Amino acid sequence: MTNHWIDFRNSDCILVMGSNPACNHPVSFKWIQKAIDKGGKLVCVDPRFTQTAAKSSLYAPLRSGSDIAFLGGMIKYILENNLYFEDYIRQYTNATYLVNPEFKLPGDNDGVFSGLAGTKTREGYVSGKYDRATWSFQMNDDGTAKKDLTLQDPNCAFQLLKKHFSRYTVEKVVEITGTPKDKLLAVYKSYAATGKPDKAGTILYAMGWTQHTVGVQNIRAMSIIQLLLGNMGVAGGGVNALRGEANVQGSTDHGLLFHILPGYLKTPTASMPTLADYNEKNTPKTKEPKSANWWGNTPKYSASLLRSFYGAEVPLDDAYSYLPKIDDGANYSWLTIFDKMYKGQFSGFFAWGQNPACSGANANKVRQALAKLKWMVNVNLFPNETGDFWKGPGMNPAEIDTEVFMLPCAASMEKEGSISNSGRWMQWRYKATNAPGVAMPDGEIISELFHKVRELYQKDGGPVTDPILKLTWDYGKAFDPHAVAKEINGYFLEDKEIDGKLYKKGSLVPAFKFLQADGSTSSGCWVYCGSYTADGNKSAKRGKDDPTGIGQYSNWAWAWPVNRRIIYNRASVDLSGKPYAPDKPVISWDGTAWKGDVPDGPWPPLASEADGKLPFIMKPDGVASIFGPGLADGPFPEHYEPLECPIEKNPMSPQFVNPTVKRWEKDGVPELDKRASCDPRYPIVCTTYRVSEHWQTGVMTRWTPWLLELQPEMFVEMSRELAELKGFKNGERVMVKSARGEVNAVAIVTPRFKPFTIAGQIVHEVGIPWHYGWRYPNPEKKELRSANLLTPSIGDPNTMIPESKAFMVDVIGKEVK
Amino acid sequence: MKEKIMLVDLSKCTACRSCQVACKNWNGLPAVPTINSGTYQNPPDLNAKTYTLIRFQELEARDGAMKWLFRNDKCFHCTDAGCMKACPVPGCITRTESGAVVLDSTKCIGCKYCYHACPFSVPQFDAATEKMYKCHWCHDRQAEGRIPACAKACPTGTIQFGDKDAMLALANKRVKELGGDASVYGDKHLDGTHVVYVLTEKPEVYDNLPVHPKISPLIFLWKDVLKPFSMLTFLGGLGACALYYLIKGPKRPKFEEGGEKHE
Repeated sequence: MTNHWIDFRNSDCILVMGSNPACNHPVSFKWIQKAIDKGGKLVCVDPRFTQTAAKSSLYAPLRSGSDIAFLGGMIKYILENNLYFEDYIRQYTNATYLVNPEFKLPGDNDGVFSGLAGTKTREGYVSGKYDRATWSFQMNDDGTAKKDLTLQDPNCAFQLLKKHFSRYTVEKVVEITGTPKDKLLAVYKSYAATGKPDKAGTILYAMGWTQHTVGVQNIRAMSIIQLLLGNMGVAGGGVNALRGEANVQGSTDHGLLFHILPGYLKTPTASMPTLADYNEKNTPKTKEPKSANWWGNTPKYSASLLRSFYGAEVPLDDAYSYLPKIDDGANYSWLTIFDKMYKGQFSGFFAWGQNPACSGANANKVRQALAKLKWMVNVNLFPNETGDFWKGPGMNPAEIDTEVFMLPCAASMEKEGSISNSGRWMQWRYKATNAPGVAMPDGEIISELFHKVRELYQKDGGPVTDPILKLTWDYGKAFDPHAVAKEINGYFLEDKEIDGKLYKKGSLVPAFKFLQADGSTSSGCWVYCGSYTADGNKSAKRGKDDPTGIGQYSNWAWAWPVNRRIIYNRASVDLSGKPYAPDKPVISWDGTAWKGDVPDGPWPPLASEADGKLPFIMKPDGVASIFGPGLADGPFPEHYEPLECPIEKNPMSPQFVNPTVKRWEKDGVPELDKRASCDPRYPIVCTTYRVSEHWQTGVMTRWTPWLLELQPEMFVEMSRELAELKGFKNGERVMVKSARGEVNAVAIVTPRFKPFTIAGQIVHEVGIPWHYGWRYPNPEKKELRSANLLTPSIGDPNTMIPESKAFMVDVIGKEVK
Repeated sequence: MKEKIMLVDLSKCTACRSCQVACKNWNGLPAVPTINSGTYQNPPDLNAKTYTLIRFQELEARDGAMKWLFRNDKCFHCTDAGCMKACPVPGCITRTESGAVVLDSTKCIGCKYCYHACPFSVPQFDAATEKMYKCHWCHDRQAEGRIPACAKACPTGTIQFGDKDAMLALANKRVKELGGDASVYGDKHLDGTHVVYVLTEKPEVYDNLPVHPKISPLIFLWKDVLKPFSMLTFLGGLGACALYYLIKGPKRPKFEEGGEKHE
């Protein structure tokens, strides 16, 4: 999140789309309720009338997979009704930047942007890749971009935005989304009212936006709206992802995804053989005089990270050479892993605190892939569908050679450590009780594993001897989370004088501005530098004071970066440092210093000719992107249909599906990666979601009797109209099937789902939770209960997150045995 | 201890079910086997092992406007408690200072009169123990200065617990804020219930919620009329016999010669 949970209470209009916080982030609703109590509006847009909709003042339905059409219409509404915050976008975004005149919009280019190379089919392009050369700015001789401060030039980003979204008329949006026109306009009107300088609107989204082949562009569309309305950096504003797991924020911060190192540094590729190459390719440069370009500090962070891995004795270049490099352009994400696993390219697999047999899209493929492994280590609290895959439905243990090791691990209250919430707050947790039996905390398991691997390397050697043997590992024989937390913060590895002050060797670095590129500092994750210092473990602080009145609570835990609670907060003030919203200021300039939250850099306001800096300090040019050339599928969001969709053509353009999506049917496993679009066998749109009572694939919650009592079984929610069509009664046992699999479910017939009219035809939608699996309860029945048996293995071209939120199914009136 | 009220503001409930789980947690109650019968509501009703329950209700207005009502159901801890009136076992159902109506299941004889007397059908029979069970307002927590488990667990402020006057003032303030059909429910019934709702709809809209809850007149008839009358009749009968004996003396047998009495 750019903001944080408590900050929701400052909002004048909370838009909930692609999430259901009343149900899935129940405690957050406390803060949403406070916003409502203060007169704020809660607006809910969802295919289904949810618990959040039940608490909203305004609910609008939309078909799963049509969010960009909905949001595009909102952009058009904001622009043509002049509801945008003009000073904000002129000063703080690249709306004024002039774009390459060779650049083409989809409206003039068969539904795609300029530069696409791909195979043309009757559905448009497939397996496409963009040459982004035309997605560039016109440059001055001094290396800065040409700008039109009047925002009138037809090539300026602002006018291109207007032209692009002029196609998203109300009629077209209604045709695509199925939202009734009056509801659509009511949502637009409510939300666009936050364009006033002293009003703030916030967006709360989750997997309902990200798990699409246009997932990243969904977020982009909302980011553009937030910029147009001046909602970034302000209290009650921002772009706020409600993360789906208690510490997923921590896991991405610390680089658990293949494409990043801790602190969002990029994973090195094969074409960067040296550290100098890496820094050269990954350190952005700018000529914009007022841009702080904070990623320009990359060499300090990469050096400090290498020191953290390999210590002060190993030269930085050697340390860099020890890091694994990925092939340029190669993808090692989840979908790829299981595709390769199916093809027999993995011998072993650590299923660490996860349950891919239920959580992986196209779960039949995942389950069969697991059978190709030689060994698997299943680290979890309870037996699950993954560790026991070999005795699951459709499996013959006699034919499976996988050796499975179950390592029971400790639950969160049985170990000490920290988690990072969606608001970037690192919060220390103490150990409340011992883990049962032989269960151990993950840190201890990893520690033992490493020590054993090192011992084997010392005895027998191996393929990566130096990278293993030269690793520093000073966290104790039994894992000490405090030692790790301090390593993450970072140390001075030698005496260092900075700005006249001496920092002693071995002391903790107070903040990341002190990290050095010369190898004199270490830091296991630069954005967490400052979390554990000579002043102690900041994440354990529990101060309840809030002198700001906006729920900042700066003394409760510690937020990265540098305890800044609302990021991009320099955009919450005008050029002279005066808050746009005086009754809920985030920062304000008193003439000599900033008051309030930690400012996004200590520099004076922009009005200061010499020292002022632009607010979006992590962007090379210091301004936020209206025109965003860095993504795989376009500098502006464009509506494309989901890979499996209910209608024959994309009403918006001749390009049916996102042209840059990786299509697995070609080089995947064709019989398992089937796709069925506009197929009369699967005429119903299906989406997936959660319930309050279960967690992820139910690995822990199905084993908790009080929770299973509340939500005992897999169900499918459907409209009364669809039930009548099919002859289903409420509570009847039915089967939901897609091109890839089948699940049994109890039908919940409800008026909260209604049929949509899409492009002139009636389209039904159903929804299923993804919390269930065969392993518990009733393992002997080996029931097909997992939602992901139905979902497609197709992902967003930027992130490869699977499209689990919009695919096609049929629902039939008999259970499969 | 002062008289308390538990204010349940249904406008804020999100049906997260923390209350249901916290209650089982505190009371050490087990889960009961359930199936999905086409609703999120589970168990389907209060039972001997489920003292509080969120009731789900879908409402569709004629113009298509959708509502989904969530109601936390449990014992209302009435001032004029039908269960307490009907219970034949002295000391089985008692009231605490704060207003809790506590059913001591260990003393219960399983006659089920309390269930029939309750306007809300709250007390639940357990066939295994042949006793009745219901919410006891966490009187054990209250004795330690704590609030009931459901109020403690509720994340949205739907369930609040405090001094009677303060809670009623809050309830009325909230109803004013909400406007529309919002109302306070409970304070005017049964001499005032200690669990009071802020309803967002008219009472008649809610499933299983009596608009004018009252103890069955049969109970009044039985306890307030027939019982005193019977007592009166019985004691009166005894009294009449005693009076007759005092006035008329014992009945003496007549003599066989003629039965002349002595003067």
